[in-house]
Amino acid sequence: MILGWLLAILIAGGIVAWPLARLHPLLSRSIALLAVTLDLVLVLYLAARDFGDGNTGTGWHQELDWNWIPQFGIHFHFGLDGLSLLLVLLTLFLAVVAVVVSWDDITTAVGFYHFNLLLIVAGILGVLLSLDLFLFYFSWELMLVPMYFLISIWGRERRVYAAIKFFLFTQLSGLLMLIALLALYFAHYRSTGIYTFEYQDLLGTQLSPQAAMWIMLGFLAAFAVKLPIFPFHTWLPDACSEASAATNLILASLMAVSAAYAMIRFLLPLFPDAVHTISPIMIVLAVIGILYSAILAFSQTNLMRLIAYASIGHLGFVMLGIFAGNALALRGAVMTIIAHAISIGALFLVAGSIEKRVHSREIESIGGLWDTVPRLSGVALVFALAALGLPGLGDFIGEFLILIGTYQAHIAVAAVAACGVLAATFYALRFVQCAFQGPNHHSWQLPDLAPREALILGVLMVVLLWLGLYPQPVFETLGQAANHAPALWR
Amino acid sequence: MHGIHLLSLLPLLLVAGTSVLVLLAIAVRRNHAVAFALTLSGLAAGFCSTFIVPTNQVTPLLLMDHYALFFMGLLMAASFFIAFLSYSYLAAREGNKEEFYVLLLVATLGAMVLAASIHFASLFLGIEILSVALYGLIAYLRDRPLPLEAGIKYLILAGSSSAFLAFGIALIYADVGALDFAAVAQRIAADQSGVSLELLLPGTVLILTGIGFKLALAPFHMWTPDVYEGAPAPVAAFVATVSKGGMYALLLRFFSLSGADRFPRLLLVLSIIAIASMLAGNLLALFSTNVKRILAYSSIAHMGYLLVAVEVSSRLGITAAAFYLVAYFIMILGAFGVVTVLSSGERDADRLEDYRGLYWRRSGLALVFTAMLLSLAGIPLTAGFLAKFYIVAAGADSQAWLLILVLVVSSTIGLFYYLRVVAKLFQQPVSEGQTPEPLPCRSPAVSVILAFLTVFLIWFGVFPSPLLHLIQSTIGKIF
Repeated sequence: MILGWLLAILIAGGIVAWPLARLHPLLSRSIALLAVTLDLVLVLYLAARDFGDGNTGTGWHQELDWNWIPQFGIHFHFGLDGLSLLLVLLTLFLAVVAVVVSWDDITTAVGFYHFNLLLIVAGILGVLLSLDLFLFYFSWELMLVPMYFLISIWGRERRVYAAIKFFLFTQLSGLLMLIALLALYFAHYRSTGIYTFEYQDLLGTQLSPQAAMWIMLGFLAAFAVKLPIFPFHTWLPDACSEASAATNLILASLMAVSAAYAMIRFLLPLFPDAVHTISPIMIVLAVIGILYSAILAFSQTNLMRLIAYASIGHLGFVMLGIFAGNALALRGAVMTIIAHAISIGALFLVAGSIEKRVHSREIESIGGLWDTVPRLSGVALVFALAALGLPGLGDFIGEFLILIGTYQAHIAVAAVAACGVLAATFYALRFVQCAFQGPNHHSWQLPDLAPREALILGVLMVVLLWLGLYPQPVFETLGQAANHAPALWR
Repeated sequence: MHGIHLLSLLPLLLVAGTSVLVLLAIAVRRNHAVAFALTLSGLAAGFCSTFIVPTNQVTPLLLMDHYALFFMGLLMAASFFIAFLSYSYLAAREGNKEEFYVLLLVATLGAMVLAASIHFASLFLGIEILSVALYGLIAYLRDRPLPLEAGIKYLILAGSSSAFLAFGIALIYADVGALDFAAVAQRIAADQSGVSLELLLPGTVLILTGIGFKLALAPFHMWTPDVYEGAPAPVAAFVATVSKGGMYALLLRFFSLSGADRFPRLLLVLSIIAIASMLAGNLLALFSTNVKRILAYSSIAHMGYLLVAVEVSSRLGITAAAFYLVAYFIMILGAFGVVTVLSSGERDADRLEDYRGLYWRRSGLALVFTAMLLSLAGIPLTAGFLAKFYIVAAGADSQAWLLILVLVVSSTIGLFYYLRVVAKLFQQPVSEGQTPEPLPCRSPAVSVILAFLTVFLIWFGVFPSPLLHLIQSTIGKIF
């Protein structure tokens, strides 16, 4: 029941927050903050109640199952296990951050902004919780329109182009997934005579290898575009270079979370053999993505684009972990997804803070900020170091596990991917070098971090440090994934 | 014919009677409001009567079953909305207004006859009743060049399509020796080998051509954008919904009754038409900056999607088609409703520029339009999404992979131009700092209607079960 409340609160909050902005924008902001905070508290409560006792669990810790469209065998079916709990927590945490960051960044159409923001968060939660594949697809698509609005209304100059590109990429791939989903649905009907979109039921569907491959590719198309992986990534830098910082936080961090989750929850268990067949190709693509994005990130002049490419690099590692085919790498992938969401998200926020001060996203036109805004620069350095995988910060743990896992399977791949970590050092340090070090040519006299910014970035930094120094709780919670989760888990 | 038969015909009789009543009222005294009120009450009474009338075959021509009643109800509901749109639209324009409603009712009657016909004679009658009334409706503002041009264009093309239709019917008659669909079905069933169908098959294809003109399927779609652009906005909505809806109900029944879908060659023709319509509609719309033309192209594409369901022609396909049609009616009526509300007395608001920054001037209207466009594009939370889902499901069920792949690709192309309009709606007003002045609300009644349509759109998009149940218990029964 609580799972239903999570979504209801977000959607109701969005609907209430929208018209209230006419009375006063502050009302709208507070309602949005209240809704996401309330959700976060509810999930923390669930985590404390159900996950603390070390019980490895035999089912879903929380479940909700309503009939929705009985004619098609569609249920409103939510379930929560260790994996979804972690990512739900992450999503809501970053949602709170996004609302707070938008507090005085967004001044036009405040109500509509928060409506869209909350709807996206609701869509992501829907993806993370769905145990009915139709509901999953519904939530998956639900994110798109609000995201389109966030980019196209509150973005920069070429925002409409970027928003439409984003929408077309994700929509086309989503429709391919729809075809695959329906093919699976009817294949299951033919072998059992039951119409159902239930995750549990579809898991055991008998498919010919060829059919399984095609259906798997349909699903993979959607996940690969949204994650995004090379070569389907081109929408992300375009979107990120036009959208506002808070939007980028959601776009690059949280959408990737939902896509990676969908791969682990749906792709691996539904089509184990097809995934095994295709994994060499995916691993090669992942490694190409890691190296390619590092090179491109190094040569970007736009701050947001640089971070977007850095993000693609990290997501290459996630892909590697998912397709490497062993539990260690898979755990590393989950860890990387969490750490990536926080470190890349924080970098976007830092870039947003810089942009707010110097009114530019071009690296060349910044330079020498350290003298005038030392605290901001220091924070940026920490997150840049996290992004390049410095031990002690969250990203390191994840990438390390992925590399170990990959090493067991493919030594050469692990070696090449490790070079990617090295390459990340170049662009991360270039970012710090160009933006903060060097002489203060522009004679910047800028205000340093405001309390609100300092609070947000500080909290993000603490979480990242905690993940890097004591990641055990994450793995313990993950171990409580219901036993229907991929066999790789155990 | 017995009394019970007359009772079965009640929906048709009510609409026909109302049109006579409006004529008489005009003869007594011209009054726009009276004609409007009579029309509304006639359509409402007709709509209600579909729930109570007994199902019967009335003469060999008409079969008043649940299928027919469902579509009649839908057509009358659409006409009801269109009458609403027309009232404020006509009030701002010159000339006599009352006859518009007579034509509207007669055209609706024609479409309703199509929904019930199981015989080529009633098919032809229905089409002609519909077409002749439409000539008048399209060119109703006869002092203006654009409607006049559109009317004549429609007249010529509809006339020639009727000729095709008549020729096709003649060929079928020459082969079968009867004009009811059941006889055609027997003839097809009796001749499994398909060798001696030299007349039947060309006849069917010619009929398909005639129907294709009415439904604006590619390659018979050329008239659509011009007629939509020229016709008054409510009439364009009528052409897109009631006229096509009636025709579509007929096509669906013809195919499921006659078993014509057993001819692989006919299916191939249908596939080509469907694919051509989906691609042509969505691609041509990319190059248009006129909202009415965009909607016209979009309706071509949607008819292509609907044809996929005809082709599948299973129980799933038929119910999918009915659901799609309901969703399509809602979104097209909503979209044209917004165009109507924004139209001034001088010209229709059909330029893309008319919609720039609408959200900042009339947020409600912009949101309704956004919802309708997103539904046309098939985005979740709207009926259009489930409708498209249903069609793709029907296609996947009968493994028509090529068709649904084209559907998916073309609807992604379609998304592009819907988004272009949506982007315009939310564009910031021209200059910074200048607060945009809100537009006056010209017609509160229409706004209420639009709000209703939006509620239906989202309701059917989130809780489709009641509607699905209704469709399965009425339409599903013809199998």
